[in-house]
Amino acid sequence: MQKFLTILKVGMKAIARNKMRSGLTALGIIIGVACVIAMIGVGQGSQAAIQAQISALGTNFLMVFPGIATQSGARIFTGQSTLTEDDVAGVKAECSAVAYVSPSSRTGAQVVAGNLNWGTQIQGVGVEWPFVRSWNVENGVFFDESEVRAAAKVCVLGTTLANALFEGQDPVGQTLRIKKFPFRVIGVLEGKGGSVMGQDQDDIVVAPYTTVMRLLKHSAKIDMFMASAVSREAVDEAQKEIEALLRQRHRLQPGQDSDFMIRSQQEIAATADETSRTLSVLLASAASISLLVGGIGIMNIMLVSVTERTREIGIRMAIGAKGRDILLQFLIEALALSIGGGVIGISLGVGASRFLAWKAHWPIMLSPAAIALAFGFSAAIGIFFGFYPARKASRLDPIEALRYE
Amino acid sequence: MDVIRTEDLVKVYQMGEVEVRALDGVSLSIGAGDFLAVMGPSGSGKSTFMNIVGCLDRPTSGRYFLDGRDVSGLDRDARAEIRNEKIGFVFQSFNLLARTSALENVELPLVYASNAQSARQREEKARRCLRVVGLSGREDHQPSQLSGGQQQRVAIARALINEPTLILADEPTGNLDTKTSEEVMGVFQSLNHEGKTIVVITHETEIAEYAKRIVVFRDGRVVEDRAVAHRRAASRPVA
Repeated sequence: MQKFLTILKVGMKAIARNKMRSGLTALGIIIGVACVIAMIGVGQGSQAAIQAQISALGTNFLMVFPGIATQSGARIFTGQSTLTEDDVAGVKAECSAVAYVSPSSRTGAQVVAGNLNWGTQIQGVGVEWPFVRSWNVENGVFFDESEVRAAAKVCVLGTTLANALFEGQDPVGQTLRIKKFPFRVIGVLEGKGGSVMGQDQDDIVVAPYTTVMRLLKHSAKIDMFMASAVSREAVDEAQKEIEALLRQRHRLQPGQDSDFMIRSQQEIAATADETSRTLSVLLASAASISLLVGGIGIMNIMLVSVTERTREIGIRMAIGAKGRDILLQFLIEALALSIGGGVIGISLGVGASRFLAWKAHWPIMLSPAAIALAFGFSAAIGIFFGFYPARKASRLDPIEALRYE
Repeated sequence: MDVIRTEDLVKVYQMGEVEVRALDGVSLSIGAGDFLAVMGPSGSGKSTFMNIVGCLDRPTSGRYFLDGRDVSGLDRDARAEIRNEKIGFVFQSFNLLARTSALENVELPLVYASNAQSARQREEKARRCLRVVGLSGREDHQPSQLSGGQQQRVAIARALINEPTLILADEPTGNLDTKTSEEVMGVFQSLNHEGKTIVVITHETEIAEYAKRIVVFRDGRVVEDRAVAHRRAASRPVA
């Protein structure tokens, strides 16, 4: 133990003696570890953020999209939606596992209020939309069934839009214009914040889907519809019921492809998770390569150091150092470089992540496991790349080494 | 008892196709308290002899007893231990660690000793050895701040620290001027006076005459073994 401590001191001294070289050698590891930490932070952070937002949508959320229409054997997307209002009504009436449904018809438009105007998305939906999306009206009311049937020119605003157009005044009761049509504002939605893809979800106008279809889009078909299952467990059941009903309504033969697509929230979550995980792995492996290069740098410098200090090794051996003492000395040096670099790299990586989170508003998450991993990895690199030079040193012949100039 | 006894030492180097017999049957005994000078031209085998006696190398055949123990067949680690405990080396080019204080240089063999000692014990011993070679007050000097003679005395102090049975000096004055050579040989003489067994390898007759006995090597054999009739004495005994 005493001997180990002394050899440890010897190794540390050798590092301190060549400050510039040691610093540059460790720099490879510092950059590598910092990259790994920052990249894992970014990867895990975005993964967590995506998961949080997806689960905020509700786990029993389903979306039904128009899909491939089969015409004379060729599979083509016609560009024409295959879903109708009646499909939605049918699902509501007949699918027992479905709690709420809402058709959706979207269009983009310039919204004008007074002398202010704002380009935004007009979302045409049904009356159950607040329940499907679990998104409530904070101020005012949502439109009702009669307003949908009459295709009334009423709308509910997202908070971003409300602030942009009415600048602190109460928008409820005010009038705004969408494509020259006057709409009465009857409510303001609660704030939702940014979405998975980084869009502002509050930048929205919600109007009856009938109004959007007839007045703004001149279309008889809906873009898609959303539904929510009665419970989380009923999602699969609801999916099956909707599929069966729509196939029947669209008169599809068994074996024929569906002309619609149902995506559940869980599937979306899984896909998003998969995507961000792939991203994390990609980022981390790119960073690992720089760590590997840092390790090779250590090996290179240690080899130079062994050659340069051949005579020192000879002296130590002549006065009684065994092969393993020399091995230990050089291994400690390599380890000190890599672990020292690792510790600095970790603090640098944490700092860089904080900076990114603060400056670029990236969701960063640093788990202790990632830090421990980076630390362990840098130590492993020190041992792996330090071993060969250290072994080379320990196997020198003392007579030859003493003669080395 | 003899400190060193060799029986028919042979060392053969294989140089490609050619066999070189660097040592060709050397039998020699060196008693405790002896002061031996090994002489001979280059290529005579004196360096090979010194490497084997210093346990840095093994003989091809023959036996070597150090302090009564047969050490000719020991492996690397066992020889390292023997070197550490029983032999103190002094080299021509001093072989001190650069940018390391005299004190730490002297302590170095203790770092590799099998019986561990505390840092304080090591330092105390090193200070004592530096005092023996007359370098008190230079403990913190680095080799580059010391003269050649002083550096060699630091090396001698390092050789002394483990209280070895044998001090082995390979051309210890080869890099020194006449005056400092005398100084260094004076240190060896006073150490020998205190009972240390010393073997000095040299090719200079004047240096050899500080010893008690001269052995001359030629072509791997001992060709002459005589006592020094008119022994030189260092004019200034050190400390």
